[in-house]
Amino acid sequence: MSIPAGFYYSEDHEWVKVEEGVGTIGITDFAQDELGDIVFVELPQVGDEFDKEDNFGVIESVKAVSDLYMPVSGEVVEVNEDLLDQPELVNEDPYEDGWIVKVSLSDESELDELMDADEYSSFLEEEA
Amino acid sequence: MKKTALNQLHHDLGAKMIDFGGWEMPVQYTGIIEEHLAVRNNCGLFDVSHMGEIEITGPGSTAYVNQLVTNQIDVEVGRVIYSPLCYEDGGIIDDLLVYRIDSNHYLLVVNASNKEKDFEWISKNAPDDVKIKDLSDQYGLLALQGPKSEEVLSSLVDFDLSEIKPFRLVQEEVNGKEMIISRTGYTGEDGFELYLSPEDADETWNSIMEAGEEFGIMPAGLGCRNTLRLEAALCLYGNDINEDTNPLEAGLSWTVKFDKEDFYGKKALVETRDAGVERELVGFILKDRGIARHGYDIEVDDKKAGFVTSGSFSPTLDENIGMGYLQKEFVEVGKEISIMIRSREVKAKVVELPFI
Repeated sequence: MSIPAGFYYSEDHEWVKVEEGVGTIGITDFAQDELGDIVFVELPQVGDEFDKEDNFGVIESVKAVSDLYMPVSGEVVEVNEDLLDQPELVNEDPYEDGWIVKVSLSDESELDELMDADEYSSFLEEEA
Repeated sequence: MKKTALNQLHHDLGAKMIDFGGWEMPVQYTGIIEEHLAVRNNCGLFDVSHMGEIEITGPGSTAYVNQLVTNQIDVEVGRVIYSPLCYEDGGIIDDLLVYRIDSNHYLLVVNASNKEKDFEWISKNAPDDVKIKDLSDQYGLLALQGPKSEEVLSSLVDFDLSEIKPFRLVQEEVNGKEMIISRTGYTGEDGFELYLSPEDADETWNSIMEAGEEFGIMPAGLGCRNTLRLEAALCLYGNDINEDTNPLEAGLSWTVKFDKEDFYGKKALVETRDAGVERELVGFILKDRGIARHGYDIEVDDKKAGFVTSGSFSPTLDENIGMGYLQKEFVEVGKEISIMIRSREVKAKVVELPFI
């Protein structure tokens, strides 16, 4: 199970990577493995604003429909349109090509409430 | 949760296990799409031991089974008949396979989640000259499905498998163990179902996996069983059919033999037939992005015209497909309909069934 360092992790199994005030958001390797083959991702629009924990999209595997929740507050500045035709990128490369949205963070202090790689790893062990 | 004889083996294979009607069952081993394509192109092995088996014997059994089910089961010994089981009002209690093992010996193979209800209904109405037994605990059930199934199984039997025609059964040995072998399945592919003693399940599973290795066999979970049956337009009880649907609207008219003297539901189904059904189960392919799921509304011209009963990504077609009940007036191949997905309107087109 891959849990790279340098990312922030939420209890909903999403990750955020921050560069110059912009957070890239996706789901973790654990999450994609749990969901199984991903066949559809419903993305928000650029310009949409979300609060932390808002539902911002939907990810569907063959078996299940799952809501996506914002790990931080912010405005969507980019969505990964490659996922429209290749939703399987989330399975194949959840931390790079399988990213879902980029948001401009409205409150960087929210990052403190998320977990780092070690904490997320312990969180997964506790959940198992 | 109830466990099949192969429960430990599934865990050892790293399967994802789910609660399926009170049974802990494998939903997938490596991935639903990969397993689905293995069954379509080569073969896959399923543990479906959760299915129920109800035995009916006795001098009155032929007359009674024919009273219970809508299809004609007074056929040659060794045949397997698919049929709905209906209430007097024509609503479907369950859909099942009737194995005619001998002239007065039948095995009804029923959905796990309906077994208690079926058994109650079947027992309640039984005449004195039949005996009814729930044998579900005495049978494990493996399904070997896919175009390579006969080649794989042939190395484990000492008779000619091609003698078993579709929907026929024999009682023979596989890998030295006596079992019922039928040429049946729930995938739309050629294949066999093996009713065996739970004690023989592990060894038989392993011998088939070994024999199938060179043919690209994979263990296959309930996840791909669902996508495979949907492509083949086989109804799933609880999704496409239930007590509020009747066989005539579910595309199962071919299983209702009105020329039989009587059967439960005949009167109601004759009335429905004569009046004409109000809705029909149709297949559709989505033209825009999205996946139809059970319970979503179907609209035509912004008005509700039906609802989705099953929907999925189709690995074989690489399209998003589904089935649902549509008001009769709109039932026409090529008809444009809308599937309402989370208040978004997604265009779809009615197509002929099955999908493959």
